Amino acid sequence: MSSESDLLIQVEQTGSSSKSLPLTIRDLTVAYHRKPVIWDIDLSIPEGKLVSVVGPNGAGKSTLIKACLDLIPRASGEVSIYGQSYKKRRKRVGYVPQRESVDWDFPVSALDVVAMGTYGKLGWFRRVSKRSKALSMEALERVGLADYAHRQISQLSGGQQQRTFLARALVQDADIYFMDEPFAAVDAATERAIVELLKELQKRGKTVLVVHHDLATVPQYFDWTVLLNMRVVAAGPTDEVFTRENLRRTYGGKLTLFTQAANEVVQSR
Amino acid sequence: MEWHGIDTWIVIIGALAAGACALLGNFLVLRKMSMMGDAISHAVLPGLAIAFMVTGARASLSMFIGAAIVGVLTAVFTQWISRFGKVDEGASMGIVFTTLFALGLLLIVLGADHVDLDPSCVLYGAIELTPLDVVWRPTLFGCFLEVPRAAFVLVGVVLLNTVFIVAFFKELRISSFDAELATAMGIYSKLMHYLLMTLVAVTTVACFEVVGSIIVIAMLIVPAATAHLLTDRLWLMVVLSVLVAIGSAVLGHLSALIVPAWFGFADTSTSGMMAVIAGLIFSIVALFAPKYGVLPRLVRKTETVR
Repeated sequence: MSSESDLLIQVEQTGSSSKSLPLTIRDLTVAYHRKPVIWDIDLSIPEGKLVSVVGPNGAGKSTLIKACLDLIPRASGEVSIYGQSYKKRRKRVGYVPQRESVDWDFPVSALDVVAMGTYGKLGWFRRVSKRSKALSMEALERVGLADYAHRQISQLSGGQQQRTFLARALVQDADIYFMDEPFAAVDAATERAIVELLKELQKRGKTVLVVHHDLATVPQYFDWTVLLNMRVVAAGPTDEVFTRENLRRTYGGKLTLFTQAANEVVQSR
Repeated sequence: MEWHGIDTWIVIIGALAAGACALLGNFLVLRKMSMMGDAISHAVLPGLAIAFMVTGARASLSMFIGAAIVGVLTAVFTQWISRFGKVDEGASMGIVFTTLFALGLLLIVLGADHVDLDPSCVLYGAIELTPLDVVWRPTLFGCFLEVPRAAFVLVGVVLLNTVFIVAFFKELRISSFDAELATAMGIYSKLMHYLLMTLVAVTTVACFEVVGSIIVIAMLIVPAATAHLLTDRLWLMVVLSVLVAIGSAVLGHLSALIVPAWFGFADTSTSGMMAVIAGLIFSIVALFAPKYGVLPRLVRKTETVR
């Protein structure tokens, strides 16, 4: 009897989580020193999308990600991940911070950094197991860094460092990923490797939110786009929202170079 | 030079104090908060003074508790001020620890009629006197030993710090390297931060009495910075920093006995000499460390130019 009701509860739970979206944001406002950085954000991201978050400097892109991950206090609003608070869902969330956010002279190897991705599921006093180490090595292989596993991380190029971070996100084995500018200052080979990885994640049904700077590659890489400038200017399938009008509204008249490039991209499609 | 039983104890006590500081120093250095050790070691003074005024005795335990509380408060205030006061962390640290230190001095002056907290003792310590305070006289393997109180206290602190680092190695590593990811994963970076600060405060107080504040600050930073130049592995860095600390204690006491005699002076302060030796070891390592030393790097550069 009891096992039957347990089963029912389980079915209900899986039923509800499959219905709820990977990410839903309602009325989110974040402020530093009482000055709002992002204002009244409403956003729903459907499952299995590669999402670019695009906007000018200071538009609050990183802030949006950090607020989703409970890293900074919210002035108001709610973020739910698969229908639950971040706290309850954090094991299903992967995070790739900006490359400059850490000290690359830290005495760890690339493999050590990747293995950090497994710490979240380990719990107190538990050491990294051989299996997790093997998983970390596999992830390094997938980003083409197997030969660099035991190098201290300052001896990697910028692109290799970025790929190390991605490998770490892979071993987190999440369902939704937040990536803060993974394409910033990387070489062409790394850019291709990252794109391939993103597509592969998408194939496996993962949702990936990427803060992105290069407007020219947005339509090519991402099927969903959020245009952000303190507020959400537009969000939806890239085909529909990545228009000249929306870009103008996002960047204003200030960043003419950006908008020009964007115009060309939009026209060429 | 004459070596007595007391000299052995001075070296052991110096090594224990230096090792206790060096263990924690690794994480201060890696978190780019070396000056937090400096700040906390000054800021604990009001904690000591209040503990003394409340209990009326220089009992170790109440002093430790007072110091631990003020140590954590220093870390908390520093963060508050840098967040709300629009000043960077270095400046807010400066505000907090000078204010607390001054408050501690005022409290000591207020209670001065019955306080025997000697300022010069706080600064330089009295390592030469610690072996005289004997609390345990066992006979081991036919040897008659006189174990000083300081040795007991410091062994406790070394053990405490070692257990902390071993138990939380993974948490310390990730929260020192990437605090945001650690927090996002549900590892309590802030808790680690405050635990570290508490232990720095406790260690500082334990070592104060023995070796003085100068060497506490030196040993929190110099051995760890030296070890960082020698290895790319975190656990090895921790081990090496302790070895550098022990080396500084041994060589420091030896040089305190020997070096002044060369110039016709009487022997000098051991704790002062320990800090000087630590600085010397750092300079040598900074110049000659195989991978990160200045000279080997220069040699490699000229080789690649050819």
